Amino acid sequence: MNFSLFLTELWNARLSLLSGLGDTILISVASVILGSVLGVFVGLAMTYGAKWLRFVVRLYIDFLRGTPVFVLILACFYILSVVGLDLTAFQAGVLALTLFCSSHVGEIVRGALSAIPQGQTEAAKSVGLTFGQTFVYVLLPQALRQILPTWVNTATEIVKASTLLSIIGVVELLLATQQVISRTYLSLEFYLFAGFVYFLLNFVIEQAGRAVERRISIP
Amino acid sequence: MSPILTISGLHKSFGKVEVLKGIDLTMQQGDVVSLIGSSGSGKTTLLRCVNLLEDFEQGSIELAGQSIGYKQDGGQRRRLSEREIARQRAMTGMAFQQFNLFPHMTAIRNVMLGLIKTKKMPKDEARAIAEKWLERVGMGQRRDHYPGQLSGGQQQRVAIARAIAMNPQIMLFDEVTSALDPELVAEVLAVVRDLANEGMTMLLVTHEMRFARDVSSKVVFMHQGRIHEEGTPEQIFGAPKTERLQGFLANSEF
Repeated sequence: MNFSLFLTELWNARLSLLSGLGDTILISVASVILGSVLGVFVGLAMTYGAKWLRFVVRLYIDFLRGTPVFVLILACFYILSVVGLDLTAFQAGVLALTLFCSSHVGEIVRGALSAIPQGQTEAAKSVGLTFGQTFVYVLLPQALRQILPTWVNTATEIVKASTLLSIIGVVELLLATQQVISRTYLSLEFYLFAGFVYFLLNFVIEQAGRAVERRISIP
Repeated sequence: MSPILTISGLHKSFGKVEVLKGIDLTMQQGDVVSLIGSSGSGKTTLLRCVNLLEDFEQGSIELAGQSIGYKQDGGQRRRLSEREIARQRAMTGMAFQQFNLFPHMTAIRNVMLGLIKTKKMPKDEARAIAEKWLERVGMGQRRDHYPGQLSGGQQQRVAIARAIAMNPQIMLFDEVTSALDPELVAEVLAVVRDLANEGMTMLLVTHEMRFARDVSSKVVFMHQGRIHEEGTPEQIFGAPKTERLQGFLANSEF
């Protein structure tokens, strides 16, 4: 390994790598936020919805969780354009990851809500809280604490899955790295470097998650 | 004096199983009524109907002059809106077998929640009331503890404070000592007894026969969804008339 050559090439490629990293972060953040919002509704529908709605949402969750993310990304990119919905590769990728994320978050939310004892709802009702108040002040705060560790895990999964967007031509960190490699032939060095950056990203996410967890833990 | 609670012709089924088969019960202000009977007799279900944790199909419950849960509308029986039902639930206070404190809130926040959200009180006022009631149940020192840091008996006392701080027309106690270790039962019963002595109207489901005898103005023995025998504690425990009640008492611990 030629370290000084690598450093020189790294410096030369810094802008395209940074732009790739920026895209990776943008894709991940957008997918996690959109996917989580959608996922909360999915979880709510699974827990409180009418029977037909639960059935439909169950299908949605099982279908998305049973499909490889890779296939999901290809489907969003190629199939949607066939039906006339022209998304850019970036948009299609974010859509795929959002759907993937929502199915996971939906399942997590459902599990957390159903793990809260029925007595909590009854106690809230007995002091006169409406369903909405019960959800906001009693159920949600408990569910969120339960959700957090798994949710952080889902976020890191999304960061990793964002690499798959390179296949449909989104120049995120992995594809940016590959482009640099094709120019410099320093494959080992740059792949190691990219791996390290991904590790760093997820490490930060997990540490942040743990810090929040400690702050909100119930004695 | 008009009764504070009037239950008439109450029927309730879970699917095909009829658990309450026509209950009539009247309570005056300040009455303490104990419901006794073997499990499955419908006593807890009756209690839960009073604060609408259970719907009921027939009959009526009137609390402080209001028809609870349903209204007659042109000969039709209609369930009240959720908002209306929530408001009516706040007229009753309920203490549960499993306490059901909110684990993510301190003792005082547990008591304050209903005051702030249902009664729309300012925080300071709610805090003052919550402190007063926690003091009264002997939990003033522990008001900033979370439920997980309290013993079962302490949790139940906080739960009772939470219910009674809402200033309900009637307090409902659902086997409040059943989940407690034996040495913790006394502290909770002492709180309930204090409330009874102060003239709180109370309807309680209990397995503590000695306690029921001591605090009740009336004891109701339920069997298979009906009121089988009722009377003063002296009548029920001293001179039970029906064979069923005699058998039940013979098998109960005193």
